[in-house]
Amino acid sequence: MNKIKNLADLKKLQSEVQSKIKLREKGDSPEQLVQIKVSMATCGIASGAKETMNFLIEELDHQGIDAVVTQTGCMGYCYAEPTIELTIPGQLPVVYGFVSKHKAQEIIEKHIKLNELVDGIIPVAYSTIDNK
Amino acid sequence: MKDLSLHILDIVQNSIRAKATLIGIEIAEHPNENQLIITITDDGTGMSPEQLQRAIDPFYTSRTTRKVGLGLSLFKQNAEMTGGNFKIESELGKGTKVTVTFGLNHFDRPIVGDLVGTLVILICSSGEINYVFKHQTLSGVFELDTREVRQVLENVAISDPGVRLFLKEMLQENLEQIQISE
Repeated sequence: MNKIKNLADLKKLQSEVQSKIKLREKGDSPEQLVQIKVSMATCGIASGAKETMNFLIEELDHQGIDAVVTQTGCMGYCYAEPTIELTIPGQLPVVYGFVSKHKAQEIIEKHIKLNELVDGIIPVAYSTIDNK
Repeated sequence: MKDLSLHILDIVQNSIRAKATLIGIEIAEHPNENQLIITITDDGTGMSPEQLQRAIDPFYTSRTTRKVGLGLSLFKQNAEMTGGNFKIESELGKGTKVTVTFGLNHFDRPIVGDLVGTLVILICSSGEINYVFKHQTLSGVFELDTREVRQVLENVAISDPGVRLFLKEMLQENLEQIQISE
């Protein structure tokens, strides 16, 4: 039978990860990273925000993109769940609705990597000359 | 909600919004009494008696972004459908405790679902909040306190991809060990 992982194994992992962090040694503060907030209230969870969030975390890690993926509450776009708010450093946040795994992939490929907007944006931080 | 793990994820969001720093999630399976009991406790802001009374009203919410608050009501409904019950206690400044009992073998009981995924999301992606998780079955008990995890990790972030993967495997193996019902 395989030995079950416990906190002692975590200690080994800790020293490994720590040496990697030292190797990278770049002053990456959260403000300089891509930030994604996944809306995780009742409406989001019921629509599959958990799958979207897991996919985002795994895919970004897989592709080696440094990003912070966090949870947030309901933004009031329950009809368009799962919604995510994407902030590229130095730019205004953009909110996407109906983010399935497929859509999330598209957002990573186009918006995060190439900085091209993708269909499905909910105009939240939208400002015109009149309301500026 | 498709399964109980999503309900847990949902109810814990209430605690996070109530500025809790320590959240307890306890699941106990009692096949002999035909009960599955889920308890979620937090040390957040708590609710006043008036708020508490209205908490399970689907048309009451403390949010301003929408007018409904279905999380607790859906949980309650699902529990009562399986011959179980729902209890919520809260005190301002102390925190809140939600206890939900399901009929373990009841036909209408939702499956537990992807509990590991729920826990990993909560533990790794909710900042400084700590969790105490406990799952009890006839074959044993599994407990995880993220304060201990953080202590081992020292200055390594709990959201690190390697740590995330490790926790996922650890939870998976331990829960299989006590044979959670599914």
